[in-house]
Amino acid sequence: METLKKTCLYDSHVALGAQMSPFGGFVMPISYTDIVREHNAVRQHCGMFDVSHMGEILVSGPDATDFVGRIFTNDVSDLQPGKILYGMMLYPEGGVVDDLLVYRMSVPDTYMLVVNAANTGKDLGWILSAAEGWDVTVEDLSESYGQIALQGPESERVAAGVFGADFSGLAFYTFTETLFDGEKVIVSRTGYTGEDGFEFYSTPEATRKIWAALLAAGVPPCGLGCRDTLRFEVGLPLYGHELGPDISPLEAGLGMFVKTQGHDFIGKAAFEALKESGPERRLVGIELADKAIPRAGYPVEADGTVIGEVTTGYNSISTGKSVCMAFVRRPYSAEGTQVGIRIRKKVFPGTVCKKRFYGKKYHITK
Amino acid sequence: MSRILEGLLYSESHEWVKTDGGIATVGITDFAQKSMGNIVYVDMPEEDDEVSQDEEFGAVESVKAASDLYSPVSGVVVGRNSALDDEPGLLNSDPYANWIIKVRMTDPSETGNLMDAAAYTAFLEKQA
Repeated sequence: METLKKTCLYDSHVALGAQMSPFGGFVMPISYTDIVREHNAVRQHCGMFDVSHMGEILVSGPDATDFVGRIFTNDVSDLQPGKILYGMMLYPEGGVVDDLLVYRMSVPDTYMLVVNAANTGKDLGWILSAAEGWDVTVEDLSESYGQIALQGPESERVAAGVFGADFSGLAFYTFTETLFDGEKVIVSRTGYTGEDGFEFYSTPEATRKIWAALLAAGVPPCGLGCRDTLRFEVGLPLYGHELGPDISPLEAGLGMFVKTQGHDFIGKAAFEALKESGPERRLVGIELADKAIPRAGYPVEADGTVIGEVTTGYNSISTGKSVCMAFVRRPYSAEGTQVGIRIRKKVFPGTVCKKRFYGKKYHITK
Repeated sequence: MSRILEGLLYSESHEWVKTDGGIATVGITDFAQKSMGNIVYVDMPEEDDEVSQDEEFGAVESVKAASDLYSPVSGVVVGRNSALDDEPGLLNSDPYANWIIKVRMTDPSETGNLMDAAAYTAFLEKQA
């Protein structure tokens, strides 16, 4: 068995009394107080997460733009320095290698790919094999970067205080490079909660300093437990649940992050073929009438047969309703369809709905 | 430290039982509610359902996980605490005042398999 890794903030989590658990090959904090309190802190004020487990892969060199375009579903050909795109890497058969953020750095011909912790090794291997014959350098910088996510409506004010800088002009999905205590930090207006917020990438030493400064500013540390309830409520996918090697972006409802116009990439033919035929199943939301909680793996039923499976489900902390995301076969995937979810011995009635259970509140500027 | 009440009987799966004649009142212990965290749903049987000792009769759900409930006695359900339908968090605020089901026991001698407060205290210490 692979030994679990620790992030550069591990000692702080233990000192704060966090409940620790394995996630993506790391020992990570699940919660410091309780999930509901941390969830509400992010929705109403702000909270911070150690996301140093995320992988950072740097792709640079004369062919970098064309190469990233070849492995990434979104179109980086017009991406300006300081801008970020969300998208996926696909297998030739159309399934998802990983979902990721691509940062166009200020250094020419350089991109930073931010990938899921559990997939970093797999992604690196995939990118290296795809890079054969291209004039690019691929480096795994995951160990050199710590990462903190500051999320919630008060993030801009708190970040301004801690950094002594005004980030109000920094739009959603853009980033800037600044200094904290003399060390370089990438300040990115991104996140995984549906709220406004930032992600700070820096050296492990600087990451510890920023974390301490945010703690001193009164920002509550929040664990991966509420990171999952927060991302779930706004319909954001988690690799291994809503995405995977056997799932097409079309099925997951992420077709808008796949640009086929004038853009050739690995998996494009399979994507277009599936678009032509129409996917057999789609990721939908289901709202239950009862408060029983539909959890990952529970079967979705209709007309006496299994027509789908739950990928993530909770009693939504923000709305109080029991809801889930599930892959459901057509025609049952149509909104308004009455279905049932088998929870232990009973089947609970539910209605297919949009897979966004709570509205996003991003910082959109021109 | 978890609260343990004298006069109740306890199961290894952290249910408590209070017997009164042939009726057993069943709930979860303070240790159980603390390890679960915020309880958001209680899945209870209906009246007249049968339950058997050491067999699943429902579940308590927190944000992250579902924990099965195991019946400490066998019998027929004669009461379910419907207050938990609207306020499952009552199990967090006072797990001993807020029972889950009442069972008319078919074999009251089964309570001999359960622990008293002292034995349950020792059982929890051994787990720690």
